[in-house]
Amino acid sequence: MMRLFQGGKDSPVAARAAILLVGLALLVLPFALAQAGTAWVRITNLAILFALLALGLNIVVGFAGLLDLGYIAFYGVGAYCYALLASPHFGLHLPFWVILPIGAALACLFGVLLGAPTLKLRGDYLAIVTLGFGEIIRILLNNLAQPINITNGPQGITLIDPFRIAGFDFSKPERWFGLMVSGPIKYYYLLLVVLIVVMVVNVRLQDSRIGRAWVAIREDETAAQAMGINTRNVKLLAFAMGASFGGIAGGMFAAMQSFISPESFVLVESIMVLAMVVLGGMGNIWGVVLGAVLLSFVPELLRYTVEPMQKAIFGRTLVDPEVIRMLLFGLALVLMMLYRPAGLWPSRTRRRELAPAKR
Amino acid sequence: MALLEVRDLKVGYGGIAAVRGIGFEVAQGELVALIGANGAGKTTTLKALAGMLVPSGGSVHFDGKSITRTPSHQLIRQGVALVPEGRGVFTRLTVEENLSMGAYIRDDRAGVRADLERMFGLFPRLKERRAQVAGTLSGGEQQMLAIGRALMSRPRLLLLDEPSMGLAPLMVQKIFEVIQGVSKEGMTILLVEQNARLALEVASRGYVMESGEITLADDSAALLASPQVRQAYLGE
Repeated sequence: MMRLFQGGKDSPVAARAAILLVGLALLVLPFALAQAGTAWVRITNLAILFALLALGLNIVVGFAGLLDLGYIAFYGVGAYCYALLASPHFGLHLPFWVILPIGAALACLFGVLLGAPTLKLRGDYLAIVTLGFGEIIRILLNNLAQPINITNGPQGITLIDPFRIAGFDFSKPERWFGLMVSGPIKYYYLLLVVLIVVMVVNVRLQDSRIGRAWVAIREDETAAQAMGINTRNVKLLAFAMGASFGGIAGGMFAAMQSFISPESFVLVESIMVLAMVVLGGMGNIWGVVLGAVLLSFVPELLRYTVEPMQKAIFGRTLVDPEVIRMLLFGLALVLMMLYRPAGLWPSRTRRRELAPAKR
Repeated sequence: MALLEVRDLKVGYGGIAAVRGIGFEVAQGELVALIGANGAGKTTTLKALAGMLVPSGGSVHFDGKSITRTPSHQLIRQGVALVPEGRGVFTRLTVEENLSMGAYIRDDRAGVRADLERMFGLFPRLKERRAQVAGTLSGGEQQMLAIGRALMSRPRLLLLDEPSMGLAPLMVQKIFEVIQGVSKEGMTILLVEQNARLALEVASRGYVMESGEITLADDSAALLASPQVRQAYLGE
């Protein structure tokens, strides 16, 4: 666990205190946010979900170096798997701890389905195929309403069950120790636990034999093979693992929102997750989480500040806030890539690569 | 019986034959050179031996067992290590990380650590630069690293593909000294090389390849003296 915190190497006491402080802050955070409005708790939850997605994609892109532009499809597979097995649509109401593993396994299967035919492709060619794959899934979700209604088409699926376990319902507000705990706050804690578990799994993966094999493949596939690495299996594993994380995140998304439609799984979302990985620092677990949190929050902050600011300065709304929001967002990305090309919190390898050589 | 036995090997690229039924062998502890001009089929031969190309005919036996169609990632477990053409070091990893990657198939940590130090003894240049990223090394240092990395798997046969390629003449000399040193320690080596003179100077025997066929096979000294070789490859 200590290895998660890179800064802790010099002074274990300070590191422990820092962990404790951060932990406490994370525990009280949702209540503080709730003061500003439950919307902010929801935004935080989405940020954590995106962090999960970004961590999954980081396995494929950051660790193994396989550019995947259709990653959101696995999120969609997980979400629809949950929605179909826990909603009135088919009248099925399986418990979440049954569906989430099914969703992860299904996404994993789709990951292998995408990975197998693309084993020989690299770089831009792989990107095009994965992009196509993402679109296929989205179009399927949109059109599998006829002749048998499976996905309910563009209308999406409503009234999806929340997470329930032994009478404990994640969507209902409750009073704990005199504190009002809303549904989003409950989900927040669940998501936080899942995030920590996924991060630990990622750190362990990175330091494992498989992690080393991924690094070798990313650097030079032919040489990796000469080192005795079965590149085919190891690449498939990257796709499968990345996809499973996406599938789990999708299932949680469906339960939290209680409504999903194909619109949530469009190409822009794939690009957004990729931007989180790249901006945060490809290959670095902490960087990726930071990227996801920032890219989830900044647009929302802009949403709440751009319009009032215009009103205050010009007396009226001159430009649609949505337009300015994306403009500023794009500008921020360009600046980032100019001044911190390895990401906000780059991995060791990428930092070395982009820094001037030490002699 | 020889450690490596190649019989009637044929390799093609989509119907075009690049290697047309060649045969040769490398005995335990020998350093054998396979020389020839550009496009003669040397690298294709080596790629087929290393399991990176599937031969269309013939057989390859290593230590009595057929490795004709063994994929490259399994070959290294049987003791055949390849130093690829163009070196193929992991440019963004450090020298030390590159070397440990060479020991990917091994799980005896203590042995790997000992071998790491052995490599640093063999290549003092690499020791000086052990924490440096491989991409910042000179071509010759990268070649040393590639050889060291291949040795880290404790192979019984080392396949070297054009180790002199793209190197400054002084560095080429140095690399060949290294190869000779490794050979003197008892390593069996198949050296594929365009620089015929240097290759034959370090090797005990040599094969000359021309348009996918072996046209000459003899002791290095005899090849170096043969008028055919002198004219075609030594520029005399």
